[in-house]
Parts: sequence; C-alpha cells; structure tokens
Amino acid sequence: MASSIRIRAVQQGDIVDVKALVRHPMDSGFVKDSNGKIIPAHFIETLVFEYGGKRIFVADYGRAVSKDPFIEFKFKGGKKGQSITAKWVDNKGKSDQASYKIM
Amino acid sequence: MGRLLAVGGGTLAAVGASSYGTLAWAAGGSDSEKNWHFVKGWPKKAYDEKKTADAMKDFFGTSEATKSDKVSLTAPDIAENGAVVPITIQAKLPKVTRIAVFIPKNPYAMAVAYEIPQGTEPFVSNRVKMAKGSDVIAVVESDGKLYKTSKHVKVTVGGCGG
Repeated sequence: MASSIRIRAVQQGDIVDVKALVRHPMDSGFVKDSNGKIIPAHFIETLVFEYGGKRIFVADYGRAVSKDPFIEFKFKGGKKGQSITAKWVDNKGKSDQASYKIM
Repeated sequence: MGRLLAVGGGTLAAVGASSYGTLAWAAGGSDSEKNWHFVKGWPKKAYDEKKTADAMKDFFGTSEATKSDKVSLTAPDIAENGAVVPITIQAKLPKVTRIAVFIPKNPYAMAVAYEIPQGTEPFVSNRVKMAKGSDVIAVVESDGKLYKTSKHVKVTVGGCGG
C-alpha cells in the first residue's frame, strides 16, 4: 500500500519550503452518512516533521481540519538531498510515516 | 491516490522512499515511544472547549492577546465550500513558539494548533472546516506573549454538518 503522506520540500537559499498532503478522512463526528447515521470522529491528532533527528514542525489537529490535510511551512538549515520525515497518529491510534528528500 | 494528487493540483509527486508503518509505533513499545510525537501531549481539553476564551486559556494559559498588525492572516472573504477554507498565518515577531487558530462559530472553538521549534519560520498554511460564517482568529505566541489578528469569513455551504 502506498504511503498516506506526500511531501514536496524545496530548498530556496537558507530556507526550505515544505508542502505536505496526508490522505485521511478527518471525520469531525458531526457528519451523518446517507442512512442518517453519525460518522464517528476519526481525525489525525498529531502530525510531526523531523529533519536531522530534530523536530522542525508539530501540528496538533482538531476536528476542524479539512479532509486530506494540506500543510505548508518553512524552516532554516535544511540541505538539498537530505531527508525530511513526517509521522502522524490519529484518535484511533492508527499511524503512518514517510521520508522524502529535499529538492 | 489519483484523487489525492488532484487535490494538490498535481504538484506533490513522490520524490523519495516512503514506508507504511501501520500500527508499529503507536500500538506497542514503551510509554516514551508511544509519546515521542507529543511535545506537551495533544491538547484535548482545549479542543473540547466550545468557547474561544476557554480554549485559549486551556491552550496558552491565558485568553489575553494583543491585537497586532505583525500577525497576518490570509483567508478568503467568502468561502464557497466551508469544508475547505484555506488559511495562511505569518508573523513578523521574534521567538515564535506556538500558533493557534480559533473559529468561534464552529462547534468547538479551537481549529488547529502548531508548535514552532527554533529555526522554523513563523509561517503556516493549511485548510480548515467552517460550519458557518465566522471570525477566524489567529493567535501567535512570541517570547511568551500572545498576539492576535482576526478576519471574518462568510461561508456559503457549511463544512461541519454534512
């Protein structure tokens, strides 16, 4: 199975611009299905990015983050060819992680 | 996967190795392994608050924030689809440690929160759901003090009620 995480990290001078997409339903627990039954809350709680063994960004998500979350952030000191790792864990204890090289 | 790529405008092509580590590190291991990803733990109490002031107090320790033009919030004037409202926050402030977004008219006030380690820019862009038209409030913690800015977003079709 393919990873749920896609990252595009591009070095621009001393800044690395990171864009990431995670495939996840991000169900808020407020929405009903076609039979009128509430779809239980199912959302990523924490999405963390690491570079060189250090955290570079932490997102603590709530129910209001859109389906298939997109995130963009920028950090200093990243080098082309080195890897960024993203990991997430959701409210049901499911998780995934992936590493991508900085371009 | 094709649909996911479409969401991103086709710009997020795979560029490296990835692994699918299912439940490996969330289900087992020691407590420290289970909690490696939390700096202070997921802020459950703040996320369970219905009122913005209560959520801010739980998350930041205070609901007092100074209005500042050094915090910029980019969001649409009108969101045609409340399920996907793009917002970008940028701060021209030193020592930014946390950024949070509050949407007072949503069922739960706190929408998302970020921890910004040293060396990371005080900038973040993402997409949130809005139940109906509401102010969107961005709060930035800089050198232990809170600064905020807000913008009203009208919503044509709500994103929380299905």
